[in-house]
Amino acid sequence: MTLLPYLLAAWLFLVGLYGVVTSRHLVHLVICLSVMQSATYVLLLAIGYRSGKKAPIFTAGVPVKVGAVDPVVQALTLTDVVVSVTGVALLLALVVEIWKRAGTVDPDRLRRKES
Amino acid sequence: MSRNVRLGLFAAAGAMLAALLVWGFTGLPAFGDFQGEYGWILNDAAGHERHVTNVVASVVFDYRGFDTLGEEFILFAAAIGVALLLREARDDRERPRDEVRSDAVRAVGLMLVGPTVVVGLYLVAHGYLTPGGGFQGGVAVAAGVVLLYAAGRYRAYSAASPHGLVELAEGAGAGAYAAVGVAALFAGGLFLENVVELGTRGTLASGGTIPILNAAAGLEVTAAVVLLLHEFLEEVMYPA
Amino acid sequence: MIPLQLVTIALVGLGGLAVVTSRDPLRQTIVAGLYGLVLVVLFVVLQAPDVALSELVASTVAFPFIVLAALAKLRDRRRE
Repeated sequence: MTLLPYLLAAWLFLVGLYGVVTSRHLVHLVICLSVMQSATYVLLLAIGYRSGKKAPIFTAGVPVKVGAVDPVVQALTLTDVVVSVTGVALLLALVVEIWKRAGTVDPDRLRRKES
Repeated sequence: MSRNVRLGLFAAAGAMLAALLVWGFTGLPAFGDFQGEYGWILNDAAGHERHVTNVVASVVFDYRGFDTLGEEFILFAAAIGVALLLREARDDRERPRDEVRSDAVRAVGLMLVGPTVVVGLYLVAHGYLTPGGGFQGGVAVAAGVVLLYAAGRYRAYSAASPHGLVELAEGAGAGAYAAVGVAALFAGGLFLENVVELGTRGTLASGGTIPILNAAAGLEVTAAVVLLLHEFLEEVMYPA
Repeated sequence: MIPLQLVTIALVGLGGLAVVTSRDPLRQTIVAGLYGLVLVVLFVVLQAPDVALSELVASTVAFPFIVLAALAKLRDRRRE
């Protein structure tokens, strides 16, 4: 039971990988890649969590002695979430270019079109 | 390789990967029992050392500011990549089709543009006091600008985000981040060291270089997201 | 672990499976937006409000918009 969030990360990664392997549409493949990416977010945040502690924001009135969860993993994750959107945009631009050149976005059919 | 071979290979490799992952995870500390010392030290010290109340923002923009510089340039490079791939000589003969026929969508959407932009700017500005920051608020402001397209007309959207200005803003945001780092060198410190006067904790005037880097990141993220959406929308609007 | 965490973890697991098994990209975009919202709840339960804000704006605004624009382009283009 204590491993459950880590197993969730592994589950998301493998499910996303299954989607990538069996995909029939390149946009579906890109979205499954983003599911795999979310597995890393879940893993990072689950590692940094401390039971019973609060968020690492100490605005006036919140006692510091309560303690907080680890802020470093949150810092790593939050920039990554926004930057991954641009990564997905780059991949989708590639998909659009493939569509323009090959006329199809089915990965299986693309492979056989190689001449 | 054929599809069935691929599936069989995935089944075998996936099972091995799952076993390895589970074996690896049993070596981690139990969930909720993180042992890292760095986190404890930062939670205690960030308030005194940097006078900010949002410890995560101080980690992003100060203690780990160099990593954020790298992330910003990933953003920059990805936006340039999209522009390179999708931008080509487009034929402007066809008039873009862009009417929103539903009055309700238009009314509600256009009414929400102002509040969205304001909320986004608030998130950026107060990022080092309460949850928020340049990255979150930047995307929210870009959402407000794009709402002009979604609920209004393409012409309104492209008038509100002129191409040259957006590109200039993106470059300025990325450059300002690096410039603050270099300015710290000239001020006698290390690259990206916090050499500006730290203010009073809990007010907007605190944190030294953190608000400046925060604003630069917000500017760059807004401009990058608007640029990305602009490139894709141009592809759709001008089918050529 | 408190029940809230258990429920949220289960929902995220189901959401991931739902995203992958939606084959039509248009439907998958909507499901991915909902999956992003469930992730936001998980991040809040794990005491990470900054990450939750990031995921909220990214998965409800930027991500669906880019995917839908790409899909509109793919649907629109006549094959040369």
